[in-house]
Amino acid sequence: VKITVCLKEVPDASAPKRIDPQTFRLDRSVAGALNDFDTHALEEGLRLKEKGGDGEVVAVLMGPERASDSLRRALAIGADRAVHVADEGLAGSDLVATSKALAKALEKEDADLVLFGQQAADSDGAVLWAAVADRLRLPVVSQAASLELDGGKVRIKRQTEYGYDVIEAPLPCVVAVSDAINEPRYPSLKGIMGAKKKPQETVSLSDLGLGTADAGERGSRTEVYALAEPESRGESVRIEDDGGNAADKIVEYLAGKKLL
Amino acid sequence: VATLVYVEHHEGEPVKGSLGVLGKAAELGDDVAAVLLGSGVEGMAEGLGRHGAHRVLVADDPALEAPLPQPRVDVLAKLVESEGFGTVLFGASVLAADVAAALSARLDAGLNWDLVDLRLEDGRLVGKRPALGDSVLVDVGWKGEPRLALVRSGTFDPVESGGSAAVSKVPVEVQDWSRQAAMIEQAHEESQGPSIEDADVIVAGGRGLGQAENFSLVEDLAKALGGAVAATRAVVDAGWYPYATQVGQTGKTVAPKLYIACGISGAIQHKVGMQGAGTIVAINKDPNAPIFEYSDLAVVGDVHEIVPKLTQLVREKKGS
Repeated sequence: VKITVCLKEVPDASAPKRIDPQTFRLDRSVAGALNDFDTHALEEGLRLKEKGGDGEVVAVLMGPERASDSLRRALAIGADRAVHVADEGLAGSDLVATSKALAKALEKEDADLVLFGQQAADSDGAVLWAAVADRLRLPVVSQAASLELDGGKVRIKRQTEYGYDVIEAPLPCVVAVSDAINEPRYPSLKGIMGAKKKPQETVSLSDLGLGTADAGERGSRTEVYALAEPESRGESVRIEDDGGNAADKIVEYLAGKKLL
Repeated sequence: VATLVYVEHHEGEPVKGSLGVLGKAAELGDDVAAVLLGSGVEGMAEGLGRHGAHRVLVADDPALEAPLPQPRVDVLAKLVESEGFGTVLFGASVLAADVAAALSARLDAGLNWDLVDLRLEDGRLVGKRPALGDSVLVDVGWKGEPRLALVRSGTFDPVESGGSAAVSKVPVEVQDWSRQAAMIEQAHEESQGPSIEDADVIVAGGRGLGQAENFSLVEDLAKALGGAVAATRAVVDAGWYPYATQVGQTGKTVAPKLYIACGISGAIQHKVGMQGAGTIVAINKDPNAPIFEYSDLAVVGDVHEIVPKLTQLVREKKGS
């Protein structure tokens, strides 16, 4: 079974995040990290490959050059090969433009299963897989809480607003997995050392048969007009549990608010 | 410009989120059509006039019976193209997000998601989207038509306008590749278990509890406070706690006076289910946990140590 796992690099959770007031784009000059939600998709891909006994897991990432660190991490964790969709013309791509470029890259890979994580930690987007699946004309299932391959089919249990659905689809298929589907592994020292030797390919817009009008802001159909500060919830109190008296402080706080 | 509102339904009733979006659309424009897609859904059509639809388009076909996105996209794409809708609005749900995203690709139409407001500015449609853990509000727009938008769940309440709508049927043509996913077993609302929606105090547990057994810590604290127990999707998906207790986008929306989040990181899907709480207390060992961004009291520390102590102190206080 051949599996492509779609990854994104997002600002590191501990880095201060800001949107550039000039370009209205997320400031990506801060430290980046592999989107945590995507590590669950990678883990699921690796498990399916291990269970099946053979196959290939290909990590596919669209993002600036520096995001190759996140791809290397995916290789260290266990992906067999990496494809980096990188082109200056892609900066500022919205869903229409991103799904177009990513679908082209995935089309070339022609995998049995295309996996996504449940959302991007930076944009809170949870939409890319359905757009990509439409461009690839493949069935799509989102919110997978468990996933089983059975011959040429995939059987998925997924959560909706009403409980759990069970959905079956033939391969090839696009699946977005929930972050409860597994506990992702960490890269081993051996994995980290071996990652450098694994094949890594960079593809540009022209490699994908796309022009600059298809990507970036020119290829996008949405735009940003302005930024504003939200209304604050009011003063927030922060306490650290050093000395083990946090419980007392919570009780004090609740009593002060007449909630006890 | 005509607006189309996608009306989702479950067990024969339009969902509240869709009706809320329909009301907002009516407030913004004077040609608002609602579309119902499903099998045996015509009975719901007329009632949509009372919630702001001027006309209702009904796509009724067995191919649309299961709540799967792709057959719906086929119908909507044709409809938007043939009728020239300038705007298509969706109330967010698992199904609606997949439908909207696929429609965006099919039509090369811009999609803005997670919107908490929509307004017209000199005739231009502008959406408001909270970003970066809701710390920034972004005004977003579209470069052309059709403009697609997903509205964050719980944003607009339905309005009863007392209007009426003209109902018409639309053709249903579904492509072969759109029919490939099959619903084997469809979810139905679980009714067992106590309802958390009416509780004044909720103590909620997340993955930070470490294992299912540790939910007893949350249960003990809830009992001491006279409150109910809730859970995040991650732990419900993992089988630690029943779905009926889940708070968030695909679970219940709650608004207790006090919400204590134990070991919950607080992703946006969780936030939309509990942001209406009066006071939010969060205990998490990760100082960068997003939940601290919207907590009244942020406690950085280990739930396994703090929660039992807190339970003990609450018991003592209530006993005295």
